[in-house]
Amino acid sequence: MFDFDPVLLARIQFAANISFHILFPSTTIALAWVLFFFKRRFKATQNPIWMDAYFFWTKIFALCFALGVVSGITMSFQFGTNWPGFMNKFGNIAGPLLGYEVMTAFFLEATFLGIMLFGYKRVSPFVHDLSTFLVAAGTTVSSFWILALNSWMQTPAGFEMINGQAHATDWLAILFNPSMPYRLVHMLLASGLTAAFLVAGVSAYRFLRGDKGEAVMAALKTGVYLAALLIPIQIVAGDIHGLNTLAYQPQKVAAMEGLWQTQKGAPLVLFGWPDQETRSNLYAVEIPKLSSLILTHDLDGEVKGLNEFEGVHPPVAPVFFAFRAMVGLGGLMFLISWLSAFWLKRKGTLAPLLAKSLVFMTFSGWIATIIGWYVTEIGRQPWLVQNLLLTADAAADHPPAMIGLTLTLYLLLYAFLLTAFIGTLFHMARKAGKGKTI
Amino acid sequence: MMDIIADGSWLPLSFAALMALAVLVYAVLDGYDIGVGLLSKAAKPEERDVMISSIGPFWDANETWLVLAVGLLLIAFPQASGVVLGELYLPVAVMLLGLTLRGVSFDFRVKAKADQKARWDTLFFAGSLLMAVSQGYMIAAYALGFEKGLAPLLFCLLAAVGAASAYGLIGASWLIMKTEGALQKKAVLWARRCLYAVAAALFLVALARGRLFSDGVSFVLPLLVLIAACMVFLGVVLRSLPAPQDKGCWKPFVLTVCLYLLSLIGLAYSFYPYIVPGRLTIVEAAAAPESLMVILIGALVVLPFLIGYTFFAYKIFHGKTRELTYE
Repeated sequence: MFDFDPVLLARIQFAANISFHILFPSTTIALAWVLFFFKRRFKATQNPIWMDAYFFWTKIFALCFALGVVSGITMSFQFGTNWPGFMNKFGNIAGPLLGYEVMTAFFLEATFLGIMLFGYKRVSPFVHDLSTFLVAAGTTVSSFWILALNSWMQTPAGFEMINGQAHATDWLAILFNPSMPYRLVHMLLASGLTAAFLVAGVSAYRFLRGDKGEAVMAALKTGVYLAALLIPIQIVAGDIHGLNTLAYQPQKVAAMEGLWQTQKGAPLVLFGWPDQETRSNLYAVEIPKLSSLILTHDLDGEVKGLNEFEGVHPPVAPVFFAFRAMVGLGGLMFLISWLSAFWLKRKGTLAPLLAKSLVFMTFSGWIATIIGWYVTEIGRQPWLVQNLLLTADAAADHPPAMIGLTLTLYLLLYAFLLTAFIGTLFHMARKAGKGKTI
Repeated sequence: MMDIIADGSWLPLSFAALMALAVLVYAVLDGYDIGVGLLSKAAKPEERDVMISSIGPFWDANETWLVLAVGLLLIAFPQASGVVLGELYLPVAVMLLGLTLRGVSFDFRVKAKADQKARWDTLFFAGSLLMAVSQGYMIAAYALGFEKGLAPLLFCLLAAVGAASAYGLIGASWLIMKTEGALQKKAVLWARRCLYAVAAALFLVALARGRLFSDGVSFVLPLLVLIAACMVFLGVVLRSLPAPQDKGCWKPFVLTVCLYLLSLIGLAYSFYPYIVPGRLTIVEAAAAPESLMVILIGALVVLPFLIGYTFFAYKIFHGKTRELTYE
């Protein structure tokens, strides 16, 4: 047998689950609002194309929602099975936040989802509008509680430690902890972009197959304009979030930037290979002073380097590369959404090459969201709760073989479901072009 | 009673009660979903569509009660959650596998390519079965305080079969209420078979518990008598169904819920005052009172709304199942 580290296996298992999970809420949070928008447009214009778009996307929403629910339940169990040390020490803080999520969001969205999906003919238009609204509100409220908890783990506030256990002293400070507003905005915008590119991509796919009905074009425009609107806001919000991280988790920013030495007038490392052995970047391409300018808004500002945090900073290479991939993908999203928006505005249609690139970008929101999370989650290692609990100390003591077995099962399951989802998504897009019903 | 209020242990105890309630509601509501999943294997494809339509608008909210139950364990009894979920690592993984397959195949079966539908139906059945047996196994392992060995293992496997029959029973009772014609007749037959299986399993469980594990748990005779009476009554009712004008089609469901309630009371009685049998008491394992208070206040505010809109949703889809459509 291989001699695997149980902590590493538990982390891979949790990371695999959370990576699979995040795809679906990040789609549904914003897609629910897009659906609500379709309904409002129908109400305002009485044009049936908006209901066509609504019904097509409702089915995809239902699929995403189901995938999000089942993987989310898995996650709530893994808190207990994989990280008992976390609930033992911080249960008094995490408990109420998770509890309120279930009570104020889960039941609301799950119950009204049934009415939203299958109640169109059974309830009044007002009740159906209201159900759609409540599902959207539920998903957003849910993200509020989860991001409050995640942010608290990165920038803890409003508590005291008594006999090794955290006790709440100020719930407002816990909820609105220093990084929470930034992370929430960044995540909600990420969700908006995920849904926008999904809608734009699938609509462009239908467009390319000659399915150019008004409903398809309306959805295409909604997706493209939404993406073009959100991407500049996201770039600014991401930058501000980075400054907040610099203030509270400087070691994470140092890893993102690949800065080893604390220095004034720090360069921006464009590319390179961060080498943890020699504690330097190999083959680095740098722009002098730019990092100081971006982070401190001063050419000679001081930026803390990783060497200040030796032993308690994250593994540098994954954070460094994930950050670059996220920023690069953001740039690509900007380019393609603006070109497409411009084209649609000017000509009312799309050049085939642009439509193809939108199809290519269908899941770009997923990828950007996942690598963005890798930046922030790997970036806080080795801590599970910043400066208070090491990830290794929270892990359960299960035999590696058992974790390995379940990990294999989960990975196979997720690979199967992801394939099935993507296959079904495009199958539905093709089928919708041929007839009305699904 | 005054002691409980004076020493503050009323708070952990109310959370234990709340958790028991969440487990009961989950077992009833998602129980009928799982039961329908189990029975779907025995049905014809067109009957299967009706059966699955009958749970379509509800299953997602039903499943949320499981999140509430495990959530309450995590947040109100963090110490116990580590022990319980740690001991049940493998069966939990099996249950989650089943839950995932059940939840998604339900959606995929109508959306994927037509030639894949039968495959998703099989996964829907398999997922429901994995959930049923793993939950039965876990309840039994929990009741035995996670004892290891051959006898406990056999006991847990027996409970797994018992749970599958109990879910089948409530699923069939649900279908008696929600369907008509040939399918309803079939559901009555399924309910009767499941009832026999439940009775046999309960009898063996009681016997085994009394013989093999003389750990001082005394059974409450009145409770056993009530359970037996409930089952006999259910058996009699099932003989008279389906009745003209569909009278009493709701009776099997209500009686099955009573059966669930009585079994849960028996189980809770045998645990008290422990949350992990023989190891941790409810009061010892509880989270800090100030955190529990915060959740309790929220629960008291939210619960009336939750119950209100749940009833609203059931009212909208009340009556015999019609074909489900999005448009």
